[in-house]
Amino acid sequence: MKDTTLVVAGMATLAAGTYAFRLSGQLLRARISFPPPAGKLLEAAAVILLAALVAITALTEGHGFSGFARPAGVLVGGVLAWRKAPFLVVVIAAAATAALLRLAGVR
Amino acid sequence: MSSIGRTLGRDVLRDIAVTCLAVLFIGLSYGATAIASGFPLWVPAAQSVLVLAGASEFLFIGIVAAGGNPLAAALAGLLVNARHLPYGLALPDITGPDITGPRVTGRGWRRIVGTHVMNDESVVFALAQDDLPGKRAAYWACGLGVLICWPGGAVLGALIGSAVHDTGAFGLDAMFPAVILALIVPDLRDRMTLQAALAGAAVALAATPFLPAGLPVLLALVAVLPLLRQRPSVATPEAGATPEACATAEADGANPGADGANPGADGKSGEQSVGAR
Repeated sequence: MKDTTLVVAGMATLAAGTYAFRLSGQLLRARISFPPPAGKLLEAAAVILLAALVAITALTEGHGFSGFARPAGVLVGGVLAWRKAPFLVVVIAAAATAALLRLAGVR
Repeated sequence: MSSIGRTLGRDVLRDIAVTCLAVLFIGLSYGATAIASGFPLWVPAAQSVLVLAGASEFLFIGIVAAGGNPLAAALAGLLVNARHLPYGLALPDITGPDITGPRVTGRGWRRIVGTHVMNDESVVFALAQDDLPGKRAAYWACGLGVLICWPGGAVLGALIGSAVHDTGAFGLDAMFPAVILALIVPDLRDRMTLQAALAGAAVALAATPFLPAGLPVLLALVAVLPLLRQRPSVATPEAGATPEACATAEADGANPGADGANPGADGKSGEQSVGAR
């Protein structure tokens, strides 16, 4: 780590800006009163964001493909979740699938 | 805390505990990665408490370790964290003064802490509950759990170092997306939500090779546009309760919260992990 001052400035910027994002959405929501349909849309928007996050974290690493093991694990977890398996089973199955595939040489 | 337990019930509390455990494992790899990249212990320790958003922290560490300017790294991290704004918009007021009570407005330290613990996991668990007290309790339980487990994992990982470096071997990188997916599955049973979510995910994936980390996820929000035209006919009166309760009830419980912790799952360097939290 070369320049400690600069690193601290970067850390502070990231922390403060992240807090500002967390706060501003709530403040906006408190300021505007949404009719129930708009509330639903906002929830749908959050689900869409989360689904995109799942896709990106499962399938990509940096700007490229993550390899097969991780998305395969997530897929197994997703199928189990769809069939209403317990949460713990879903999470462990996802990790175990990815780990076993890697053990078998799949990347 | 006991009121949180009473409001949520054992099943939800157990799921939250599992999620926090997964966060702790990812924290281990984060701490180990930071040390391996040449940072002193206090960097991941301070970041994990003050930023409390894993993907952006992995990205920051990676960019700085690769020789990038720390301020540029902070901006890249902020891009990744911009999704917290729509999260705040989507949530009912859950950071109010009375954690499990009916009051809607809040001030003071609870709001300060409650705002800070907004992350993918706490938001997803809040959306998955049916009523406002349940949402609040789940949000706080998961938020505080992550506030303990993420920094705890990071410091522990920094201390034990390379022993936990290769989290890929244990499939830990598959945990974060699986956690979030499991929690949004109930919402995805609604056909329109499923279509919108798939479209949003496709847009984000298509954009990933070309855009900086964080932007593709935000771009997925274009998928909400078709819903704007169709929802009004669908979304009518659901009697009684709070709007939030209605909202979730219909879809069976939403789950936002993706702040993602997945970054770094494999703990290598830099540009790669953009994931979550």
